[in-house]
Amino acid sequence: MEKLVAELWKANMRHPQASELMSKDIISHFVLRLVYCRTEDLRKWFLSMETALFRYRFRLQSAEAQRAVLAEFQLPYKAVTAAEFEAIKDKLTLVARSINQTLPAADSIFYEVPFQEVPELVAGRRVFLSDGYAYVAMNQVVSLVATRFRSLLSKALTLTNRKWMSTIREQEKDRLTPIVEALSTSYVGPDYSVGREFGEVSLKDIDNVAKNSFSLCMRHLFDKGVGLKLDDAVAFWKAEFSQKVGAERFDKEYAYSIRHNYGKEGKRVDYTPYSCQKIISLTPSVGDHHGCPYRHFR
Amino acid sequence: MVIEEAVNGRDDMLIDGQMADQVLPSGFNPNFLKLYYVKLFPYGDIFRWMSYGNDGKHPACDKSYFGRRELSFTLENDIYLRFLSFNSVSELEKGIREKCPFKIDIGPVYSVDPAKRHAYAQSGENVFKPVERELIFDIDITDYDDVRYCCSGADVCLDCWPLMTAAIKVINTALRDDFGFRHILWVYSGRRGVHCWVCDGKARRLTNEQRAAIADYFRVYKGSENSKKKVSLTGHALHPFLVRSYTEVLKDLFEQTLLSSQQIFSTEDKCEKVLEMIPDESVSAELRGRWQKRSSGSKDNINAVRWEHLKHTLQSGRHKGQGLRRCVEEIVFSFSYPRLDMEVSKHMNHLLKAPFCVHPKTGRVCVPIDPVHCHDFDPTTVPTLSQLLQELNSGGMGQEGDNDWDRTSLGESVRFFRSSFLEPLLKSCKEEMESAYNSKLQQSKNSMIW
Repeated sequence: MEKLVAELWKANMRHPQASELMSKDIISHFVLRLVYCRTEDLRKWFLSMETALFRYRFRLQSAEAQRAVLAEFQLPYKAVTAAEFEAIKDKLTLVARSINQTLPAADSIFYEVPFQEVPELVAGRRVFLSDGYAYVAMNQVVSLVATRFRSLLSKALTLTNRKWMSTIREQEKDRLTPIVEALSTSYVGPDYSVGREFGEVSLKDIDNVAKNSFSLCMRHLFDKGVGLKLDDAVAFWKAEFSQKVGAERFDKEYAYSIRHNYGKEGKRVDYTPYSCQKIISLTPSVGDHHGCPYRHFR
Repeated sequence: MVIEEAVNGRDDMLIDGQMADQVLPSGFNPNFLKLYYVKLFPYGDIFRWMSYGNDGKHPACDKSYFGRRELSFTLENDIYLRFLSFNSVSELEKGIREKCPFKIDIGPVYSVDPAKRHAYAQSGENVFKPVERELIFDIDITDYDDVRYCCSGADVCLDCWPLMTAAIKVINTALRDDFGFRHILWVYSGRRGVHCWVCDGKARRLTNEQRAAIADYFRVYKGSENSKKKVSLTGHALHPFLVRSYTEVLKDLFEQTLLSSQQIFSTEDKCEKVLEMIPDESVSAELRGRWQKRSSGSKDNINAVRWEHLKHTLQSGRHKGQGLRRCVEEIVFSFSYPRLDMEVSKHMNHLLKAPFCVHPKTGRVCVPIDPVHCHDFDPTTVPTLSQLLQELNSGGMGQEGDNDWDRTSLGESVRFFRSSFLEPLLKSCKEEMESAYNSKLQQSKNSMIW
């Protein structure tokens, strides 16, 4: 899944000028804030997706950049030096083994944090403690930063909603408002289980719409909901999957299940695509290519 | 004057030591307690402790601090007085001597004087809430009743007391080495357990969530009526804290002491209790069979021998199973790892009995325990109320205002309290106060530089 995210990023977020890229990144985020601030369900969905993306992007940053993010979020975490690491390496290894995590390697980054800052990790004995400091592994730090990110974004969304309701929606009723309102219903997210189709989208359009506005899982998994015709759906999936899987195998294994989803085979039940919640709760095994891309990359 | 009268009035009772002991076998009675509060209770030390340096003359001292501390009294007829507070050491002494409480509990320091709490809201701006409280632990030997066979209920003896010794060692080491705390007081609860007071500023300012996290860090035993296996150590290795506790304290406690003092494998029932902790039926069946076959043989070493059988079988590698990986440690932990009362530690507003109280059921004084020499502590020789008063009596009158406790067995405890705990604590408080004050001064100076 990590690869998928990387590929999509490459496909959609490449631009000769770095500043343009940054603008696109920032603008798209704020557009999404506006679109997704308006109900509790929308906010919840957006928070999950965006936090997952944040997690992914944070991990990719250099140690320097990560430190900057931590400082920005006012998290008093200091990275452990190589010498310090050597001194406690065996203890860190024990902790990792005790909680069935990957073992620390020579280049593993650990953070030294006052134990008061990480009560959940202390409570679960998921960190090595020494003299009042907890030694937090990178993946644990990511969780903490992501939690902070999520809570900051949550507050921002609430504020945005307030502003939207009080002034923006009215002011923009001839310009942004219809777009904003259309955007969140023409893709999928939480309205999905109701099974409405909001507009037919044909195969050619989907790549464009996907590129510009769909979030990752939707680009991949929600064609059905936007009213893609069955054959188009099969063709689309075949094209995407055959890059990974091979056309023949696709025909045998996946085409069946796509037809099944449309009610043409087997039980003839029209399954609405899994809601995000359901997808998130599925854990794909090694050969699988389903599941929420945000949830399951490592 | 009052003191002399009180003492004279009781001379006839004290002179005949025999008669005094006949009042109650444990040597506790309310009159003795009254005298204890007149002559022996160390008010000054408790006051200085609870003031944390605010009773000094430094401009940073908060004169309201001591008065915002809650105390509670349990009186003779189980009457319970809560939200008491005192503004000075003399008020404290007066209050205790007047009421003669059977038990004194110490609560948190609140945002305002608890006596004035009704004037404040429960939420919003002007709130009545705890702002500082020591990190506290309460370990009671009755929580080990399912693994101690020598006594049960309120009794405690030298065969099971080592469980308390081990608890002190495990927790104390972790508080110092893992959490970095320095000012830790351990106190005998007077009957069957120990209390711990962590008094660093860092500890007193912990939130409820952080306290709960520390309590959970210490938690291993998840006892309940239903589960057979109450200690479950999953994972491919033990956390370093558990490794240290096992290798430095618990393994030896179990193998050198508990195996024989509790006769852990001496009867079929007791063996079964251990076998139930093994998740692999084929292993427990093998051991059961082996032990049943055993005829009278040598009874001397039966516990040690059977323990070796068990360890060998589990660690031989013949049986492979998820649950077996840490089974030996789990058994040792079940019998010996500290069992804390989680609720006591988790909430800032939880009250705990004050040191130097006298336990009404035993007459014993709640004296400090030295964690470094806790293996030497003997609960059966802790001074009792009647013993102390007899010592006082036989030691002569002395002068009013003298340290009367110095002429009794209590002296050792008070001196230890001062030298090992109070003095280092107050020194540290003073330093903290001065440095905080100086940096504030510096900050305001800096902000005034144009």
